[in-house]
Amino acid sequence: MSAPLITARGLTKRYGAATVVDGIDFDVAKGEIFGLLGPNGAGKTTTILMMLGLTEVSDGTIRVLDHDPVREPLAVKRRVGYLPDQVGFYDNLTAIDNLTYTARLMGIAAAERDRRIDEALASVRLSDVGNRRVSTFSRGMRQRLGLAEIVMKRAEIAILDEPTSGLDPQATIEFIEMIHALKHAGVSVLLSSHMLDQVQRICDRVALFQSGRIVLMGPVKDLARQVLGAGFVVEVEADAASDLDARFGAIPGVSSVERVGVDRYRLTADRDVRSEAARAVVAANGALRRLSVDDPSLEAIYTRFFSQQTSHDGGQRDAA
Amino acid sequence: MRREGSPWEGLGTVYVKELTDHLSSIRMLVLELLILIVSIVLVVLAIKNIRDTTAEDPFVLLKLFTSGPSGISLIFILGILVPVLAIALGFDTVNGEHNRRTMSRILSQPIYRDALLGGKFLAALTTLGFGLLCLWLLVIGFGIMFLGIPPSAEEITRSIAFLAITLCYAGTWLALAILLSIVFRSAATAVLIGLGAWLFLTFLWPFLAAVFANVVSPPELRFAQLGVPTPATYAWAEMLSRISPNQLFSEAATALLSPEVRAAGLDPVSQYIKLQGAVPGAPLPLSESLAVAWPLGVALIAGVILLFVLGYIVFQRQEVRA
Repeated sequence: MSAPLITARGLTKRYGAATVVDGIDFDVAKGEIFGLLGPNGAGKTTTILMMLGLTEVSDGTIRVLDHDPVREPLAVKRRVGYLPDQVGFYDNLTAIDNLTYTARLMGIAAAERDRRIDEALASVRLSDVGNRRVSTFSRGMRQRLGLAEIVMKRAEIAILDEPTSGLDPQATIEFIEMIHALKHAGVSVLLSSHMLDQVQRICDRVALFQSGRIVLMGPVKDLARQVLGAGFVVEVEADAASDLDARFGAIPGVSSVERVGVDRYRLTADRDVRSEAARAVVAANGALRRLSVDDPSLEAIYTRFFSQQTSHDGGQRDAA
Repeated sequence: MRREGSPWEGLGTVYVKELTDHLSSIRMLVLELLILIVSIVLVVLAIKNIRDTTAEDPFVLLKLFTSGPSGISLIFILGILVPVLAIALGFDTVNGEHNRRTMSRILSQPIYRDALLGGKFLAALTTLGFGLLCLWLLVIGFGIMFLGIPPSAEEITRSIAFLAITLCYAGTWLALAILLSIVFRSAATAVLIGLGAWLFLTFLWPFLAAVFANVVSPPELRFAQLGVPTPATYAWAEMLSRISPNQLFSEAATALLSPEVRAAGLDPVSQYIKLQGAVPGAPLPLSESLAVAWPLGVALIAGVILLFVLGYIVFQRQEVRA
């Protein structure tokens, strides 16, 4: 892996006596989708603003693309695209006019401007409404227009603040696809959210914020193992003459077997044990009717982690 | 600590965009119409007035600006309307961007805040400049049409200097309006406070200045017995009243447009004291009129700079987030 694009060390932001971001460390590598998540007011947006040099850093350091956002904000902002929480546009202007204005601010040459705007609009599927006033746009279209701005900028890092909050499910799915497309185009994405299942679906790594600190960081699967005690929950539905509990329990890596109904078992394991489970059913001359694996849910990790925090129960338990 | 890059980057872009917005906005249209109608009415009345009363005057064209029914001249009306125009253009400069949620998106582009604020200020000032220039051309045009006299070079120079002073006056109010738009997140609060300041400085302050002057330096009996104001008291009243940009503007405008005015401050006693030995009623040469108006103009420009810098400092330190 090459050198990280964003490096934060001991990053701190204080407003008077209140510490909003409290000495956080993280790295964002090239080409990954990194999620900042946590409840509202946990310091996610402030962290983002510090990365862009839009608010001053109280303590610690942050490097973005090997620049200091406080001292060299223009160098950072030239290469980083930012989609703010509930992005706004000039309602009286058309989508193309809005993009033209920011393209000028970015310093894109006039000869290239129109082509880049067309490309950007096409990439977020807004080409046919480019000449409509933004006042007629829905929330989802505005978000996509904000993304088009980042595409037009050819940013190396896209910072998206709560990009899907307030979108309907269909718009959310479309938007997440577009974030994926950004990743495929080689853009590193840093996004903040309090909607855990979406973050889980797209992030390579996440950092969990709680009152200004990062309390957990890593790939979702690792976090699951760390917090829930196991990464995989396999559900098996099968009938067999003999008892299957013991056979499942004998599979290496399975930490617990639970009977959740007639002929239904829930296996908790640290890896995907579906093939072994199927073999075990066949070996017992049983009929396998259903076999499924639940991805470790970020929501479960989150809830479990904070309940552990409050009850001071540091021990790891089995997956729910 | 020196920041990298130029603060002017993006200034031109912001300027052009804001100027387009202003010139095409309905708000601007309404305000221009208002000024236009009032001005035309006043010029027509002034022309009637001039025809009735003036026999011969080397500066008859300038009278279009300074004469009118019962003292309500074009200068007087501009003194009142220009601040309203400036406040109307400036009151939502910065808080409007916050309220539309465009601020953080624009500031995440490779520009400094300087460019945004500077571009917006210059665009609004240019818009005001356009309006005033149109007005000026209209008045001069009317004068030529209805009075039938071609303007002399001196008249044109004097009226252009007046145009410049008016622009400085507009700039002061614009800078105040922009400062308010930075300090207050609600546009309604900003416009109310702006109009409050305008009412106070234009209509209340002249009386209050006189009251304060009487407190600071009480009138003396010997002058009262002669029926003239006490010079010290008068000087105080004059200084205090010049806190109001309106006062600075009307004094400077009068000095420029009425060549017979020999000093800032229109009180006969102080005029007499300052200008002993002058031929009464004789017009002052252009250079001397400019010299009279100059300090007042400088005071207006200083007001623009002071208010703008204040707004600049607050804006630089302001959080992007609401």
